[in-house]
Amino acid sequence: MTWSVTARGAHQPDNTAFTQQRLPAWQPLLSASIALPLFFCAGLAFIGLGLGLYYTSNGIKELEYDYTGNSGTSNCSVSCQCAWYFSLPELFQGPVFLYYELSNFYQNYRRYVVSRDDAQLSGLQSALRQPINECAPYQYSAGGLPIAPCGAIANSLFNDSFSLWHQRSAGGPYVEVPLDRTGIAWWSDYHVKFRNPPLVNGSLALAFQGTAPPPNWPRPVYELSSDPNNTGFINQDFVVWMRTAALPTFRKLYARIRQGNYTAGLPRGAYRVNITYNYPVTAFGGHKRIIFSSISWMGGKNPFLGIAYLVVGSLCILTGFVMLVVYIRYQDQNDDDDDEE
Amino acid sequence: MKEKELKQMTIPAQRLMARCAGEEKRVGTRTVFVGNHPVSETEAYPAQRFCDNRIVSSKYTLWNFLPKNLFEQFRRIANFYFLIIFLVQVTVDTPTSPVTSGLPLFFVITVTAIKQGYEDWLRHRADNEVNKSTVYIIENAKRVRKESEKIKVGDVVEVQADETFPCDLILLSSGTSDGTCYVTTASLDGESNCKTHYAVHDTIALCTAESIDTLRATIECEQPQPDLYKFVGRINIYSNSLEAVARSLGPENLLLKGATLKNTKKIYGVAVYTGMETKMALNYQGKSQKRSAVEKSINAFLIVYLFILLTKAAVCTTLKYVWQSNPYNDEPWYNQKTQKERETLKVLKMFTDFLSFMVLFNFIIPVSMYVTVEMQKFLGSFFISWDKDFYDEEINEGALVNTSDLNEELGQVDYVFTDKTGTLTENSMEFIECSIDGCKYNGVTEEVDGLSQTDGPLTHFDKADREELFLRALCLCHTVEMKTNDTVDGATESAEFTYVSSSPDEIALVKGAKKFGFTFLGTRNGHMRVENQRKEIEEYELLHTLHFDSVRRRMSVIVKTQIGEIYLFCKGADSAVFPRVPVDEIEPTKRHVEHSAMDGYRTLCVAFKKITPDDYEKINRQLVEVKLALQDREEKMEKVFDDIETNMNLIGATAVEDKLQDQAAETIDALHAAGLKVWVLTGDKMETAKSTCYACRLFQTGTELLELTTKSIEECERKEDRLHELLIEYRKKLLREFPKSTIRSHKKAWTDQEYGLIIDGSTLSLILNSSQDSSSNNYKSIFLQICMKCTAVLCCRMAPLQKAQIVRMVKNLKGSPITLSIGDGANDVSMILESHVGIGIKGKEGRQAARNSDYSVPKFKHLKKLLLAHGHLYYVRIAHLVQYFFYKNLCFILPQFLYQFFCGFSQQPLYDAAYLTMYNICFTSLPILAYSLLEQHINIDTLTSEPRLYMNISGNAMLQLGPFLYWTFLAAFEGTVFFFGTYFLFQTSSLEDNGKVYGNWTFGTIVFTVLVFTVTLKLALDTRFWTWINHFVIWGSLAFYVFFSFFWGGIIWPFLKQQRMYFVFAQMLSSVSTWLAIVFLIFISLFPEILLIVLKNVRRRSARRNLSCRRASDSLSARPSVRPLLLRTFSDESNML
Repeated sequence: MTWSVTARGAHQPDNTAFTQQRLPAWQPLLSASIALPLFFCAGLAFIGLGLGLYYTSNGIKELEYDYTGNSGTSNCSVSCQCAWYFSLPELFQGPVFLYYELSNFYQNYRRYVVSRDDAQLSGLQSALRQPINECAPYQYSAGGLPIAPCGAIANSLFNDSFSLWHQRSAGGPYVEVPLDRTGIAWWSDYHVKFRNPPLVNGSLALAFQGTAPPPNWPRPVYELSSDPNNTGFINQDFVVWMRTAALPTFRKLYARIRQGNYTAGLPRGAYRVNITYNYPVTAFGGHKRIIFSSISWMGGKNPFLGIAYLVVGSLCILTGFVMLVVYIRYQDQNDDDDDEE
Repeated sequence: MKEKELKQMTIPAQRLMARCAGEEKRVGTRTVFVGNHPVSETEAYPAQRFCDNRIVSSKYTLWNFLPKNLFEQFRRIANFYFLIIFLVQVTVDTPTSPVTSGLPLFFVITVTAIKQGYEDWLRHRADNEVNKSTVYIIENAKRVRKESEKIKVGDVVEVQADETFPCDLILLSSGTSDGTCYVTTASLDGESNCKTHYAVHDTIALCTAESIDTLRATIECEQPQPDLYKFVGRINIYSNSLEAVARSLGPENLLLKGATLKNTKKIYGVAVYTGMETKMALNYQGKSQKRSAVEKSINAFLIVYLFILLTKAAVCTTLKYVWQSNPYNDEPWYNQKTQKERETLKVLKMFTDFLSFMVLFNFIIPVSMYVTVEMQKFLGSFFISWDKDFYDEEINEGALVNTSDLNEELGQVDYVFTDKTGTLTENSMEFIECSIDGCKYNGVTEEVDGLSQTDGPLTHFDKADREELFLRALCLCHTVEMKTNDTVDGATESAEFTYVSSSPDEIALVKGAKKFGFTFLGTRNGHMRVENQRKEIEEYELLHTLHFDSVRRRMSVIVKTQIGEIYLFCKGADSAVFPRVPVDEIEPTKRHVEHSAMDGYRTLCVAFKKITPDDYEKINRQLVEVKLALQDREEKMEKVFDDIETNMNLIGATAVEDKLQDQAAETIDALHAAGLKVWVLTGDKMETAKSTCYACRLFQTGTELLELTTKSIEECERKEDRLHELLIEYRKKLLREFPKSTIRSHKKAWTDQEYGLIIDGSTLSLILNSSQDSSSNNYKSIFLQICMKCTAVLCCRMAPLQKAQIVRMVKNLKGSPITLSIGDGANDVSMILESHVGIGIKGKEGRQAARNSDYSVPKFKHLKKLLLAHGHLYYVRIAHLVQYFFYKNLCFILPQFLYQFFCGFSQQPLYDAAYLTMYNICFTSLPILAYSLLEQHINIDTLTSEPRLYMNISGNAMLQLGPFLYWTFLAAFEGTVFFFGTYFLFQTSSLEDNGKVYGNWTFGTIVFTVLVFTVTLKLALDTRFWTWINHFVIWGSLAFYVFFSFFWGGIIWPFLKQQRMYFVFAQMLSSVSTWLAIVFLIFISLFPEILLIVLKNVRRRSARRNLSCRRASDSLSARPSVRPLLLRTFSDESNML
C-alpha cells in the first residue's frame, strides 16, 4: 500500500500560504513568565476548590450498618426478620437517603452484564416471548416458558426490604418513618428505557401471561408493587438494580426520606430498622450493609476529590516556587554570560 | 521446435554469416519476416509467436481486482493481524463485537482498495489510450488503418511526423534520399535533442506503400532487453535471387516505442518488438522498495507492543484462573453458567479466554496508524513539489517526488554523496584555452585570422599547419548535430542554427573552434562540412565514428578528405590518450593539461593519425565485421577500437570550464554545519575535482588533505606496500588527533584540524579488491576508519559502478548510517539506486538520474532546504506521529486492563463498543494528522539558516529507546491516573445531588472522556504551530466527541441489543463532582508534561541566547562570504601531505 505520487506539475507551484507552508500561525511558547502565574493561579484555585470540597464532604453524614451477620446466626434460608437499633444524638441533616451496599458482588462480570434483554424490558411483545440468547441460562424456565424479565441480573434482584421506625421520646412508641421508594431510578430509565408490555384487558398480569418469573423470584414481576406506576418492568427497585454497578462493592439507592416530619432530616431520637432478610450473600463471601447518608451538591460523602484538589493545588504552588527559583537562577546565569561576553 | 524451424529458415543467411562473421550461436535471437511475407515459397510459413502490441501496465482486471487486491493487502503484517483479530471475534465469544475491529479494518481496506483501484483505473485508461490509438499498417500494398494493439511483429508500420512510434521499429525508409529521420526521446529518457536514425542503404528507396510491400527480408535480432541504447541485429534482404544480402542493424536503426518522429514527413518501419516486449515496457519498473528508518522503528515498536499485548493477555488469563479457583468466584449463585459453558474443556476455555483478552486489548496496536502514516506521507510529499523555492525558471519545473515513502529519511541523512559534473557544477561548458603542440593559447583574445600565442616557443616550423589540424580535429571529432530553426532540410548557410549534442563538452569545443574561425556546418549525406578561416567550405566524408564510452574514455572519427586522404581524429581523457601517442610528444602538453586541470577546467587531449588506404581497408573490414556481430558485439567492438586507436600523434589539448552551480559552496557549507559528511564522487581527474572541491568549500584552506591516489602510490615499486604504509600512517595521524572520543569526533573536528581525503578509482579498487591475500579486509577497515574521521572525502576517477560500491560500503558501516546520493547523469543512476535516498538533478545530461531517483530537484542548492527544512520537519512530524499513536492507544487500553482486576477478569470492556471503534477513527485521528502535516516546531527560515539544528534529530533521535520509554511511561502514568482517579471517585454512595447511583457504563464514559480530552490536549501542548486548521481539528474533535456522545446516548438505537449508553453521557454531566473530577484528572495527567515543557522552554531560551551570542561572534570572525570562483590553493603545498 504505497501512496505513490504520480507525475505532478511541471508548472510553477502555486504561491499560496498553504502550499508554501506559510499559513499564519499562532506559535505559543509556554514560557516561564506565562506558566508561573498560571501555576500560582491554578494552585490557588485548586486549593480553594479543594477546601470547599473537603468541608462539604466532611459535612455529609453517613451512618452504616453491616447486617450480614455471621454465617451461623442470621443466615436465613427462608426470609427472616432482624432489626438494627441506633440512636441519633442530634438532627441528621436531610435530605436523607437510604442505601444498601453489597460487597464482593460482581455485577460487572461480563457474563452477568450481558445477561439481559433491553428489548424485553422496553415492553416489546416479541422479546417478551423470545428473550435473547444472552439471557441463558435464565432464558427459559424449566417448563419451557420464556422468563420475564430474563437474564441473570433480573434473577438476582436484591430482595431484602427495610422499614425505618422512629422513637421520638425514650420509651415512646416507634413511629414508622415514611420511605419514598420512588424517584430513585434515573429519569430516562424509568420513563423511556423500561416500559411494561401493553396491558391486556387493562391487566398487567394478563400481559405477562405465558411467561415465567425468574427462578429466584417468589412472585411474578407484575406483583412487585401494588402501585401500578411502580410495578412490572418499571418497578423502581428493579430499574435501579438493572443498572449494573461499576465495581464489585457497590451501593444502590433504596429510598429517600423526605416526607412528613422528616423533610429536614432525621430528628434526634432512637431508631429501629426492620430488615426482612432474604438475600444470601455469604455463599460468595459478600457483605450487606445499610447506609443512611445525607447528600450535598457534590453527592455523597467522598473525601477523595477534596483531598486530591488540595494536594494538586499545593503541588502547583510548590512547583511554582521551585520554577521561580530555577527561572531566576537561569536568568542570573544568562545575565552573567551576557556580562562576560 | 521453434528453434529448429528458425534455424532452417535462416540457412542462407547463416551461410553468409559464416563467411563474414564466423560461426555464431543462434540462441537468444528472433527472426522477423518483414511484412510477414515468407521469403521463400518452398518453406512453410513458420508459426512464430510473439506477444501482441498491447501495453498492460495495469495490475488488475475487473474480475481479479477484489481477490487480488485483498490478497495483496492482507499480505501486510498489520492487516493480517487485524484480520485474525476480527476472525477471532467472529468465532469466539469475545467481549467486544466483531464490529469494533471489523469496521476500522473494513475502513482501512476499503480506502486502500479504492485508492489502488482508482490508480489502476487511470492506468487502464492510459493503456487504452495507447492501445486503441490508430496506426497505419501496410498490408498487401495498401495502407490499412488499425488499432495500435493489433500490430504484430513483422508488420510494416507507417508513422507520420510528430507521432510517437507504436512499437519498436526497424527503420526501413524515411522518404528522404539518405534514409535518415530525426527522433526525440524526451518521454523515454528526457533528452529533448533530435537524434538521427538511419535506414539500411538497401531499403532507403522503398518509400511508398507499393514498393515497401515488395520487400522480402528477414530480420534477425536479439531477444528483447531493456537497455535503451543497445541493439544488435541483422537484416537479410532477398532481392530476386535467393541469396540474401545481410546488413548489420544497431541502435541507430531502431526506433523506440515512446519516441517521437521529428522533422521527417513519414517513415516506414518494421515492428520487431511489440507490446510488453518493447524496450519502453521492459524499462517500466515499479517504484523502488526503499524502507525508511522510521518504518523500521515502527516495526520495532510494534513488536514491543505486541509483546505487551501478549503479556497482558497472559497475565489476565492466569489471574482469571487463579481467581476462579475459588468456586464462589467462578460461579456464584447469581451468575450461573450455561450448560454448554460448564461442559467446555478447561484447556479450550483457557485458550478462548486468552484470545478474548487479546481481542479486548488489541486496540493497543492501532489499525489507523498505518492509514494515518500513509496519508501523512502521501499528502506531506505535496509540500515538496509545491515548494516554489525549488522552482527553477530555466527549466520551468519544480521538485518532483517519485516516492513519498522516504520523506522523513531526508531528515536522517548522515552521508551525502554528490556527483561533481552537473551537480556541483553547471555542466554548461565554455571553451577556455587550448594547447597545441606544447604551446598554450588563450581563447579570450579574439583575433579573426589567428590565435594569439601566450606561451611557449615563438617559432615553430609548421605551427600554422598544426593549429589548423587541431581546429579541424575539433570540428570533426564529435557527435554534434545541427538543429536548424527553419524547415525540415533547410541547411542554408544563413539559417539560424544551434548545436545539439548529448555531451555539453562537445558543443563547447565546436563553439570554441568556431571562435577561431573553423565552423562546423553540419552533416550532409555522410559528409561533414566545415568552413575554414578563409571562408572556404571543406567537406569530409565521415567513414566511421568510434563512439565514446566510459571505459575507453575517448572517441574517434575516421574521415576522408576531399583529396582522398584518410585521417583518424581522436579525443579523450589524458590518461586514455597519452599511452597511445609517442612519449616524447607528451611532456609539454601534459604540463598544460595538468595546469588547466588545477584551475578546475575539464581537459581533453586531441590526437590524430593518418591512415593509408590499405590500412583503412583492414580497419573498415574489422569494423563492419564487429558491427554485424550478434553476440558480444560490445566486447568485440571495444577490442577493435582499441586496436585502431594506436600509434597516434598528439596534437594538443583543450580546456573547458565548467561553472560552479549557484550557491553550491553555501550549500556544502550548510551541509557540513549540519553534521553531514559530504563525499564527492566524480569521474573527473583528480586535479580538476580537487579545485572544484576547493571552490565549493568542500575543502577549506585549513583542511589537511590526505591523498590516496595513483600518484602518491606509484612512487614506490610495490604499490600495495606503499598503500599499506600510507594507510597506517594516516590512521595514526587521525587517531592521534581524535583520542578515543568516537562519538564526539566530528564535533571536535570543528574546533580542531579538519581532514579531507582524496582517493581515486584505481587505488580504491586496489583497496577493495586486493582480494586474495588476507590483508584486503584489513586495508578496507583501515580505509573506513580513515574515511569516518575525515570531514570531506573526494573520490575521483570513479566508474559508475565504483560509485555504487562506495555507497554500499558506507551503508554497511557500523551503525548503518543513512546515505543520500545526488547526481544528474546516467553514470549516477547506480549510486542513486544504491543509497537510502536518491536525489536526481534535472540536469543537462538527460533525465535518467531524475527518473531513477526518489526525489528530483532542479539544482544542487535545493538540497539545503530539502534536507534542513523539509527533511527535518518531516522527520519530526512522523516521529511524533508514531510516538503519539502508540501513546494514545496505551492510554486507551491501560484502564481497560486495570478494570479486569475489578471485574473478576471477565473481559468486561470498560468502554462502550462505539467508543472502542471510534476512538482511533474519529475522536483522535484528525488532530494528529493535521499536526503531522503542518507542524513547524521551528520555523522553516530558522531551520535553513541554522544548519546545526539538523544534528538534533540525527540518528533517528526521536524514535530511540529513550523517547519511546518516555512516551510509554507517560501513557502508563496517564492510564493509571484515569482509571484510579475514577475508581476513587466512585467510592461514594452517589455523585449526584439527588442521590442516584451510576453504573459501570458511566464509569467507563468518565474514563473515556478524560482520555479523549487528555490525549487531544497533550497534542495541543505539543503543537507549536497553530494554524486555523489545527484549531479547527483539535477543538472540532473535542466538540465532535461531546456531540457524538449526546447523540449516541440520546436515542434508543433499534439495531443495538443493549441500550447501554442511553442517557449515560447526559446523566454524567449533570453531576458537579464528575465535572470537577474530569477537570482534575485532565489537569493531573497533563501536569508533568506542562512542567517539562516549561523547563525545556527556560533552557531553550537560554540556549537560544547563547546561540545568538555565538552567531554574533562568528560573524565577526567569519571568512569572506564571497570567494573567487576558483582559488589557486595548490600553491600552498604545506596543506598537502
